[in-house]
Amino acid sequence: MDILYKIFLDPFVQMGAAPDLLVQTLWEGLVAGVLYSLIALGFVLIFKASGVFNFAQGIMVVFAALTLVGLHAHGVPAFLALALTIAVMYGLAFSVERFVLRPLINQPDIILFMATFGLTYFLIGLGELVFGGDPKVMISDQLLLPRGAYEVKMLGGFVQFQKIDIAAAVIAAIMVAGLAIFFQKTRIGRALRAVADSHKAALSVGISLEYIWVIVWFAAGIVALATGIMWGARSNVSFALQIIALKALPVLILGGFTSIPGAIVGGVIIGVGEKFGEFYWGPLLGSGIESWLAYMIALVFLLFRPQGLFGERIIERI
Amino acid sequence: MRARASADVAAGEAILSVEGVSLAFGGVRALTDVSFDVHKGEIRAIIGPNGAGKTSMLNVINGFYHPQQGRITFQGRARPRMRPYEAARGGIARTFQNVALFRGMSALDNIMAGRTLAMHSNFFFQLLRYGPAMTEEVAHRKRVEEIIDFLEIAHIRKVPVGRLPYGLQKRVELGRALAMEPRLLLLDEPMAGMNLEEKEDMSRFIIDVNNIFGTTIALIEHDMGVVMDLSDRVIVLDYGRKIADGTPDQVKADQNVIDAYLGVAH
Repeated sequence: MDILYKIFLDPFVQMGAAPDLLVQTLWEGLVAGVLYSLIALGFVLIFKASGVFNFAQGIMVVFAALTLVGLHAHGVPAFLALALTIAVMYGLAFSVERFVLRPLINQPDIILFMATFGLTYFLIGLGELVFGGDPKVMISDQLLLPRGAYEVKMLGGFVQFQKIDIAAAVIAAIMVAGLAIFFQKTRIGRALRAVADSHKAALSVGISLEYIWVIVWFAAGIVALATGIMWGARSNVSFALQIIALKALPVLILGGFTSIPGAIVGGVIIGVGEKFGEFYWGPLLGSGIESWLAYMIALVFLLFRPQGLFGERIIERI
Repeated sequence: MRARASADVAAGEAILSVEGVSLAFGGVRALTDVSFDVHKGEIRAIIGPNGAGKTSMLNVINGFYHPQQGRITFQGRARPRMRPYEAARGGIARTFQNVALFRGMSALDNIMAGRTLAMHSNFFFQLLRYGPAMTEEVAHRKRVEEIIDFLEIAHIRKVPVGRLPYGLQKRVELGRALAMEPRLLLLDEPMAGMNLEEKEDMSRFIIDVNNIFGTTIALIEHDMGVVMDLSDRVIVLDYGRKIADGTPDQVKADQNVIDAYLGVAH
């Protein structure tokens, strides 16, 4: 009986007893969730347009952040370095299309997936060769990212809002809104959706797949850069950062591989679920709960909605 | 009704000519030394038994397949290894045997997608839906609405096409091809799987497209009645080779064609 009480009642008693801590946990979960969403968004963009699960998304985050920091270390002013990094991400998108995707056109998905593995190791090697393997500090001050925190008195206690977290949430929200408008309202966006729906129909109305692929990989590169800056500012920029890409996996399972709103909602559910689990159930189960809880949530979810929250239900004709 | 038009276009200039095209997939020969031309303003049918290479021929014309041998000249220009979007840019539109639509989009958006190539305004204006981009969008939208009216699908324009019945999907697909204002329209079995009424509607649209817009059409069809009524000239393929080429009456009387369709005793 004691264990049941500890699992099913005690955490909620604690939540009720200290509402300020509850809000703090919720806020931290939301921020982590928004950042997970951002990574998941990079996957969704590429998966939607080319049907490829891009294993290299994680290393693209590291590569973008390294390029930014590395350029600045060589004396390039921060915002020029940012612009140059964007150019580098365009170059990367262009090269990926030209040297990886185009020769493999019409190959089975698994081949393309393996090719993104190759791309991952290529980028790791290139990154270490050019910028070195040691962890670096993100140039948050030079990029005018805020530091410090607001302390808000509420619910009989204090809740701390890190300014960098607020900035991350705002930037993520802007990027998501921008991408949504881009997909829905522009000619290129329409072409992107067309490619996602049917390659051959898109070709027949004169959409160039090559061009669209460069655009989605570039968009995913920009998302990777934003993710790299935000995560880099919270910890530092190192190759270990690519592990966070694995966190996007449960988010994608929850949200569905093809849905932008799914990536966002999924990210928030995972982020909040993880923080709650860690804070309220963590002491009971021992530490380390945050490294598996996300997968657990996704697994339970899969049992009931295999296509994800907003994923398209696949009805196979037999 | 087609007889008069036939006389006009028989002597007409060729918009497309195919010379000695051969296409093989590994050891399988899909097309062997096929030559024919399509005159400006005519309706040209490609017929033949199953597996004769009809769809392969269409795929070669719009750049999905690249033939190992032969030459394709469209509007006086021969292009080796033309890509599909280059074909589209040159004015070749097509529909598919098993409808290929953008299933998640509405009928209207599908047809608007056909205008992709004609739109040029600045990307940032589009993002803001402001200035020239808005004017352009409105102009194209007007053109698309005309096509929608022409095809009598105004009532379903906001419906996601995945939910439409097959006959209407084929009509939307035709609309998307028309939105490109093509010089050459390729139709791969436009009546496949339709009932009699739908077939009659589709035939009417094809004839109207040809008469009103003056669009040159090359079509593949199985329904012999439809082919004989619609087309000015017919080419017959069998096992990847051309076995007959001429007016519907000539082709109907051709012994090779009769053998190919009915089988011949060996």
